[in-house]
Amino acid sequence: MVEIKTADELNKKFLREGMWPTIFCNGCGHGVVLEYTFWALEELGLDMDKVIFASGIGCSSRLPGYINADGLHTTHGRAIAFATGIKAADPDFHIIVFTGDGDCAGIGGNHFIHAARRNIDMTVIMINNFIYGMTGGQLAPTAPLGSVATTAPYGNIEHPFDICDLACALGANYVARWGVSHPYQPIKSIKEGLQKKGFSLLEFLAPCPTAYGRRNKLGDIKKHWAWYDDNTILIEDYEKIMTYGSEEEKEQVKDKIQLGVFQDIQKPGFFESYEKLVDRLKEKEAKTKEGKK
Amino acid sequence: MIEVREDWCKGCNLCIERCPIDALEESDVLNRRGIRPPRLKKENECNYCRLCELICPDLAITVISDDPDEEEKKPVKKTLLTPVGGKIK
Repeated sequence: MVEIKTADELNKKFLREGMWPTIFCNGCGHGVVLEYTFWALEELGLDMDKVIFASGIGCSSRLPGYINADGLHTTHGRAIAFATGIKAADPDFHIIVFTGDGDCAGIGGNHFIHAARRNIDMTVIMINNFIYGMTGGQLAPTAPLGSVATTAPYGNIEHPFDICDLACALGANYVARWGVSHPYQPIKSIKEGLQKKGFSLLEFLAPCPTAYGRRNKLGDIKKHWAWYDDNTILIEDYEKIMTYGSEEEKEQVKDKIQLGVFQDIQKPGFFESYEKLVDRLKEKEAKTKEGKK
Repeated sequence: MIEVREDWCKGCNLCIERCPIDALEESDVLNRRGIRPPRLKKENECNYCRLCELICPDLAITVISDDPDEEEKKPVKKTLLTPVGGKIK
């Protein structure tokens, strides 16, 4: 295999060039996540015929259309359910689900919960931009308190949904959250998530200057991207400050969004257990047949 | 040297903003959409860190090192790179 070093070669391998340029707005973070996924796939050297992308509805769900591989563009929120079906049909496939925060946490919440509980072998890349961007800026369940949206013109009073905490509680094998402005940690994380057997969730905080930034007065693209740098903190630093820091420091970091790897465990996945179950039953059946003879 | 696919560029200028050594600037020609894609400044200071390539949301930038000897990175003059967790003031 030829080793790819530049973005141009990467584009030639992974992109459906006829579909480009993307429909994403100027300054949107979705394209960056797509690129990180490409680099992760390239570094792993996976066969693209054995990788299937699934997505629901929304800005993030346009992503499989830009990739030169098999993809499934499904109904709103049901991407994970369809992905489970693909995995059940042929467990050799690597499944990557691109989903947004409204798609995964809002409308497809139950599908997400039960896929994580069953520990089905797939990688869910949830791109969180705090808003339903494509349909015109309705309030998403992950939006921070006080954020303005078309359905919350006086500020959000609902508490936001921390999807990483939920996935940790359900016992997903790999849970991580990253921003889009720092390339190397997310690429490494996607690689680890793809290599894991079992459910892995990667949440990306992607800027949405058009629907979220504009309504919330976060400034232009430059300032909006800087907002994500200033309002996030690494989980290790957060824990250190919360244990040893002074009151002042604690006050400063209290409301910041934590980034990092939250869970990295090794539980058997659903299809591993299922194969074992089938083997056990086959053995049992063989024994009973011998007994009858 | 950098190669920019000018039709793909949407002009977010993140590459110019995030470059750790300020090697990029807006060019003076307009592309089809009527925006100015980035280009290298005349005194070429690129240290081939490839951050602009990795961060471009439209995958429009490719960094090519002209000379294999130049692969080793030139020292960074200023630290524009924010740490992952942001700055704690």
